[in-house]
Amino acid sequence: MPETSTSKPPENMDTFLKGIWKENPVFVQLLGMCPVLAVTNSVINALVMGLATTFVLLMSNTLVSLLRKLIPKQVRIATYILIIATFVTVADYTIQAVSIEVHKALGAFISLIVVNCIILGRAEAFASKNTLGRSVLDALGMGGGFTIAVLCLGVVREVLGNGTFAGIPVFGESFEPWIVMILPGGAFFVLGGWLLLFSWLKQRKKQTELAA
Amino acid sequence: MKAAEVKLLLTSSPFLKQEDDMPTIMRQVIYSLVPVSLAAIYYFGLGALLLILVCVGGALGTEWVFSRGKRGRRLSIADGSAILTGLLLALVLPPAIPLWMALLGAVAAIGIGKMVFGGVGSNIFNPALVGRAFLQAAFPVALTTWVPQGGWQSLARLYPTQFGMPFAKTTVSAVTTATPLSQMKFAGQTTDTLQLLLGNTGGSLGETCALIILLGGIYLAWRNYLNWRVPVAVFASVAVFAGILHWVDPLKYAPPMFHLFSGGLMLGAIYMATDPVTSPVTQRGCWIFGIGIGVLVMVIRTYGGLPEGVMYAILLMNAVSPLINRVTQARIYGESRKKDKG
Repeated sequence: MPETSTSKPPENMDTFLKGIWKENPVFVQLLGMCPVLAVTNSVINALVMGLATTFVLLMSNTLVSLLRKLIPKQVRIATYILIIATFVTVADYTIQAVSIEVHKALGAFISLIVVNCIILGRAEAFASKNTLGRSVLDALGMGGGFTIAVLCLGVVREVLGNGTFAGIPVFGESFEPWIVMILPGGAFFVLGGWLLLFSWLKQRKKQTELAA
Repeated sequence: MKAAEVKLLLTSSPFLKQEDDMPTIMRQVIYSLVPVSLAAIYYFGLGALLLILVCVGGALGTEWVFSRGKRGRRLSIADGSAILTGLLLALVLPPAIPLWMALLGAVAAIGIGKMVFGGVGSNIFNPALVGRAFLQAAFPVALTTWVPQGGWQSLARLYPTQFGMPFAKTTVSAVTTATPLSQMKFAGQTTDTLQLLLGNTGGSLGETCALIILLGGIYLAWRNYLNWRVPVAVFASVAVFAGILHWVDPLKYAPPMFHLFSGGLMLGAIYMATDPVTSPVTQRGCWIFGIGIGVLVMVIRTYGGLPEGVMYAILLMNAVSPLINRVTQARIYGESRKKDKG
């Protein structure tokens, strides 16, 4: 499409929005499954994980985009990892300073953001080839998409598995918790359920487009 | 002009056609489960009947919702597989389980266990056991609360715990008892084999009366509706495993007869493990499959934390049955005996 090159704003908007919906890292690309399945057993854990990942993604995309002409091709992966690890350390210490309980609950998964394939993937596939502005938008979109996805899982798992939303009881005292939802098995059930819902929505949209 | 109607019919083979189709087989299996259900109602009263109805209803309802716009709803419901799944699920649940949990289990059995894989014939795991495993993981307390068995005089009883509000904790407490297996595990007591055979013990709805299940199994094996190799392999491996343990230390380990007739082994080996969809297709594979179940049951019962392991043993072997099918492929006539390294 030749028109898009002349009209910049829609393209930028698209860079941001594709991470949230069309190329959602969790529900469409199925990337970063390790934190998605492991730390979404409560809303708070999921939110902190999503925000930490978004922060690291934003900073690494920014730096990689700025340095993209200076990094030699042969050592680019090592350089990306170095940049990512720096900001993961920052996120790690920040979470530890703000809330030691959340830090304990998330455990090793904060450090494991280093090897989250969403971040390395965006650095390699997007930030190293695009300008600073677009890379920042891409990071915000992808990070936002990831945060929404882990929150989707976290809300369902905590409400069903514990009867609470972010620690506040929603059903009163007499709720019988579905213990499976807190267990790792529940993560797979809930993720499968969301994937089913999204693919069904997409299919329906396609059908209505075909019918129109 | 009637004579002109007669035409010479030219067809190619096969000329002999199997009378049985899938709905027929399903119907026969359901018929053979009727005595088991009646025994359950005899021992656990009207509450048992209610549980069976809820499970079957839930399974049919879920099937109806999921089969929208597929090969036709009426067909999908009429093949009887959903009724069988619901019935089997009810028979492996504790009698006094809240009915809303049972309904959830039936939805999970058909939804997660069968329909997401593509419906009947495409599932990897036995749907009824998937439903029970889901409930066991979600509500471990309700799934290990057993009520004592009764007889004619208590036929009309219902359980107050059955009518708990959906999603609410059970507030009423029921009279509970231990199953023969948990008595063995936690108190070291064995139960008399005759009582186990007749089903005069606590336990899941349909698993207590070993004799009737066995008769149903013999009927199905005689009509060739189940592969007798699977249950025979399960029983043999359990008997051998338990026999060796009992021979080593008779005080610590129960005799083989106890292990054969207690818990869900009979129901599992005859009705769950022989599910044609989730068990191997080769005869040699069926032997391996059955022995695997038997060994896993004994390992879980003897060394595991739970008193009973039939459900997990069957589900685990379901998972490897495609692999068993692969390694037990028959050698095609004329092929080299040695493995070709191509």
